Amino acid sequence: MFGLDKKDASLLLIVAVLVAFAPFLLNPFPEGSAMAQFNAGYPDLMQRFVIFGIFAIGFNILFGLTGYLSFGHAAFLGVGSYAAVWMFKLLSMNVLPAIILAVITAGIFALIIGYVSLRRSGIYFSILTLAFAQMSFALAYSVLTPITGGETGLQLALDDPRIFGSSTTAEGNIPVPGFFGLEMRDSTELVLGNWVFTFNVGYYFAAIIMLAAFYLSIRIFRSPFGMMLRAIKSNQQRLNYTGLNPRPYTLAAFVISGMYAGLAGGLMASMDPLAGAERMFWTASGEVVLMTILGGVGTLIGPVLGAGLIKYMENIISKINADILHTWFAFLPDGLEDLVVTMIYPFIGKGWHLTLGIVFMLVVIFLPGGLVQGGQKLAGLFGRKKASQPKNATTEPAE
Amino acid sequence: MSKGNLTRRGVLKTGAVAGAGLVLPTYLRAQESGFTNAPTGSTVTLGFNVPQSGPYADEGADQLRAYELAVEHLNGEGDGGMMNTFSSKALQGNGILGKKVEYVTGDTQTKSDAARASAKSMIEKDGAIMITGGSSSGVAVAVQALCQEAGVIFMAGLTHSNDTTGKDKRANGFRHFFNSYMSGAALAPVLAANYGTDRKAYHLTADYNWGYTTEEAVRTSTEAMGWETVGTVLTPLTQTDFSSYITPVLQSDADVLVLNHYGGNMVNSLTNAVQFGLRDRVVNGKNFEIVVPLYSRLMAKGAGANVKGIFGSTNWHWSLQDDGSKAFVQSFGTKYGFPPSQAAHTVYCQMMLYADAVERAGSFAPCAVAEALEGFEFDGLGNGPTLYRAEDHQCFKDVLVVRGKENPTSEFDLLEVVEVTPVDQVTYAPDHPQFAGGALGTCNNGA
Repeated sequence: MFGLDKKDASLLLIVAVLVAFAPFLLNPFPEGSAMAQFNAGYPDLMQRFVIFGIFAIGFNILFGLTGYLSFGHAAFLGVGSYAAVWMFKLLSMNVLPAIILAVITAGIFALIIGYVSLRRSGIYFSILTLAFAQMSFALAYSVLTPITGGETGLQLALDDPRIFGSSTTAEGNIPVPGFFGLEMRDSTELVLGNWVFTFNVGYYFAAIIMLAAFYLSIRIFRSPFGMMLRAIKSNQQRLNYTGLNPRPYTLAAFVISGMYAGLAGGLMASMDPLAGAERMFWTASGEVVLMTILGGVGTLIGPVLGAGLIKYMENIISKINADILHTWFAFLPDGLEDLVVTMIYPFIGKGWHLTLGIVFMLVVIFLPGGLVQGGQKLAGLFGRKKASQPKNATTEPAE
Repeated sequence: MSKGNLTRRGVLKTGAVAGAGLVLPTYLRAQESGFTNAPTGSTVTLGFNVPQSGPYADEGADQLRAYELAVEHLNGEGDGGMMNTFSSKALQGNGILGKKVEYVTGDTQTKSDAARASAKSMIEKDGAIMITGGSSSGVAVAVQALCQEAGVIFMAGLTHSNDTTGKDKRANGFRHFFNSYMSGAALAPVLAANYGTDRKAYHLTADYNWGYTTEEAVRTSTEAMGWETVGTVLTPLTQTDFSSYITPVLQSDADVLVLNHYGGNMVNSLTNAVQFGLRDRVVNGKNFEIVVPLYSRLMAKGAGANVKGIFGSTNWHWSLQDDGSKAFVQSFGTKYGFPPSQAAHTVYCQMMLYADAVERAGSFAPCAVAEALEGFEFDGLGNGPTLYRAEDHQCFKDVLVVRGKENPTSEFDLLEVVEVTPVDQVTYAPDHPQFAGGALGTCNNGA
């Protein structure tokens, strides 16, 4: 199917099904129940899942295949966002030109940064990309304030030209991004008993693009080009001696993965028309590295899972506060309740970073292959099905 | 592709979807109320979006305390605080419009993106009808724009930049806190009276939006008094050592240093300036002086003895002796054991003002609430008679000029109020050049 072999096609199909039914899968608990806290099926978070999924898939093409660890990938995400918001300001609120320009701008940016950075490899490459990203951040934060909006971020205004659209809506507000009339923020809610499921236009739009991006990444992984990238990872010196110049290949991988980041940035701006400099901060670059490693470097599905896990923790764990804990443990005697709450408290709310750190350590120590390896182990444990099925469904780490 | 499994699951799911599709029209959640997140049960949910991590975490923690206090008072628990002194008597202490107030909290991390994500989840997941909070202008402006789009009210917390109610103002956003222009206008006369009108000022400015507007405001106001600005230098927000920025000040002929810094920045730059002996300097036959346009108690605490005798402005201070301030300090102190900061005060006021506006409007609909707030005049919330101006949704009230106390009696008693600048002196036209370039738009009720 689509030029994929059986295993890859079924993987793509599984992802497609998961993505299509995400509003159900992520909202397993009925509204109003104590567990509703853990529901993740609201539009903003679902959009984030797929958008950061795209970001991580792209990063994995570079890191997973060539082994070049870029520590400045957030710069391309930021550039993509700025480009998209500028299109909203100047052209129209249609997301299509915004996303296309975001990808192109990020691609050009990646070409320039990659051309310089890829002269070195290993830690020097990482440091160079980090330096470029921090430079971009500093430029966006203050020097280029007229273009980037500085600390406040780039926002839409009522007096933007929007030459192919209208500056304001009939009610006198700023129009919202849409795809030929389909507004990204439109949602339909389905109420079944106590369950509420939200179907959001923006989410499905981003999800379709994510599937396309995922498909493209499978094709790259399976192509001769992908094989060449793997060769670079396993032994670049040997490749040099064979008479092959790896630079064009690494640069191509770098630009492709930069364009993925730009695509993610453009989509982020399409869902929420604002671009801020902190999107380019080095912690944001570090986050995508975490996502990829957490999910499984060099696997196809891993980065998407990692992105989902991190975004879930950031948005769900960080919102649990002491009051909620007290209601959970209200059944315990007073003293014990306080004790339990005090013990859990550092790991929730603002302490979600701590929880993430622990999960990250556990994964790296016990599952070096990331969540994907965890899945494989589980599948092995319940190996009633032919053990090869889930194993094939995911890809072996490239090495 | 492998058949068996997938197909069966596919069939089941297709069936489920088809079934769901058939019942869809009947079960679609009706939005007959006409606005986003209309409260349906016996409770109403508000979203408190404050920095719980990052450089302004202290302010955020104090704001959260004030919010919890305000919720208690609105629900009729505790001693009622400023509800008793508030000039409008619409609030009954039975929640808002008879609905018990509940809240959700989120962490802005002092980042626009994180703040918007957090606010979005409050609106989309928790059904918050109003978002409030923020300890930085960048965040406030970003969240305000989001609330405008989503169709909920935004009650800004600690945000001092002119842009929040200037270039980036929105119809659904309201600010109780004062702004850079007011700081400049209030400070200038006091500075002229104390330091004379022929001073040469040197500005160190935090390199971001709030820094720019504050520098502009202070510069314009002091230059109008006859001061001369001999230098302005931008410093990165992440800077912790300001020595290299202080040395050029020593070489210039400036005799006043204005530190347009906030939070940790101000603590560090002031400490450096004092270490370099700036305060013992005599230039042009005058004593060298330092000015900090925006002061807070938490900053004064950080800078310690260095703040003694240094002028600045603030929105509110717990030592004020009017009934509203006393009642607030009393109930905050009883609950938490120490006096509230200005960040806590402004968000408490915002809660009261929002709840009161809903009561008076008789509806939670954002447009009705906005209409009730616009042009609303009130008193008894600690700042004297105050106006919520309709043109830009900015509160106009007296501004406090404060000075670091020479002999503090406790760790909270660090600032003394030098002058209460009357509101007329800090009022400006809505189209003032420092605020030009934006438009409120029209209020948005959302879905």
